[in-house]
Amino acid sequence: MRELSLNILDIITNSVEAEATRVILVIEEWQTRNLLRVRIRDNGRGMSDDLMSRVLDPFVTTRTTRSVGMGLSLFRQIALSTDGDLVLQSALGVGTTVTVDLRLNHLNRPPLGRISDTVVNLAIGALDVHFYYIHHTESGRMIFDSFRLFGYMEETGCGLYQTIVPMKEKIQRQLKAIHSSAL
Amino acid sequence: MKTLEDLRAIKEKAKKEMAAREKTAKYRISVAMGTCGIAAGARTVMSAMLDEISKRNVENAMISQTGCLGYCDQEPMVQVTGPDNNTITYGKVTAEIARRIVSEHVLGDAVVSSYVFKQG
Ligand SMILES: Nc1ncnc2c1ncn2[C@@H]1O[C@H](COP(=O)(O)OP(=O)(O)O)[C@@H](O)[C@H]1O
Ligand SMILES: [Mg+2]
Repeated sequence: MRELSLNILDIITNSVEAEATRVILVIEEWQTRNLLRVRIRDNGRGMSDDLMSRVLDPFVTTRTTRSVGMGLSLFRQIALSTDGDLVLQSALGVGTTVTVDLRLNHLNRPPLGRISDTVVNLAIGALDVHFYYIHHTESGRMIFDSFRLFGYMEETGCGLYQTIVPMKEKIQRQLKAIHSSAL
Repeated sequence: MKTLEDLRAIKEKAKKEMAAREKTAKYRISVAMGTCGIAAGARTVMSAMLDEISKRNVENAMISQTGCLGYCDQEPMVQVTGPDNNTITYGKVTAEIARRIVSEHVLGDAVVSSYVFKQG
């Protein structure tokens, strides 16, 4: 995958499939520490210690349709290639946290890419899940809360699908605002 | 500024509206969003569909994402379930085909037959 925002979509899709009702995505960009940290926390069904110990192996999946699981191990390989790592924390019945550290300025680090597409596709495509997306840089912080979508629908009288374009534009504007002084 | 309680109430309301929409929606669209699907372009496909749906003001459909369907070589895949509960599965969908699925299948009731991978 050429964009980290695609790996993020993949990892959050695991959360949706694990029946999470709340997913929090936090992205931290620290130039001074040469660190890009992506953390995804869900309240889904969680993993047993046994599954967790095997799940970073690309040949592990609980699927019955095929024998290879890939999402987590793929993201881990990318992190490792930038001298970073992927760490899993999970408890059955409680939830799962995936933390991925990448060296921000490493040559192998893929760009974040269209994170607004990832977030909006999830907000619309998994409507029952409450998403938060928080992004920190040295210049500031932005928060997207998928509940706001419903507030916006009520305020404007717009249909659900009429919120897509304004939502994407808003995220892009907010991201620009917390990157401007770093540019 | 709305409180979390307000937002929760709004979400409940919207959820009810969505449930109603799901019942009345003529077509239910789902985009397969497993690892293979995403690697093959499923996000671009979904974005193109959302764009087309919002541009054409589509009111008779619901779109959601699903996980892997188990046919990795056919990704990106899109399923459209019609009023008779008959499901058409499209394979190797591009952004352009995705837009055609919205305009021809969902709005025009005509299956985009050259890209059908599975029927029924
Ligand atoms: N957030 C999560 N909550 C619960 N289980 C998970 C989560 N993420 C991954 N898993 C488990 O780990 C397995 C491997 O995940 P992944 O590497 O994404 O491959 P795949 O989704 O293709 O099986 C999944 O099949 C699932 O059983
Ligand atoms: Mg997965």
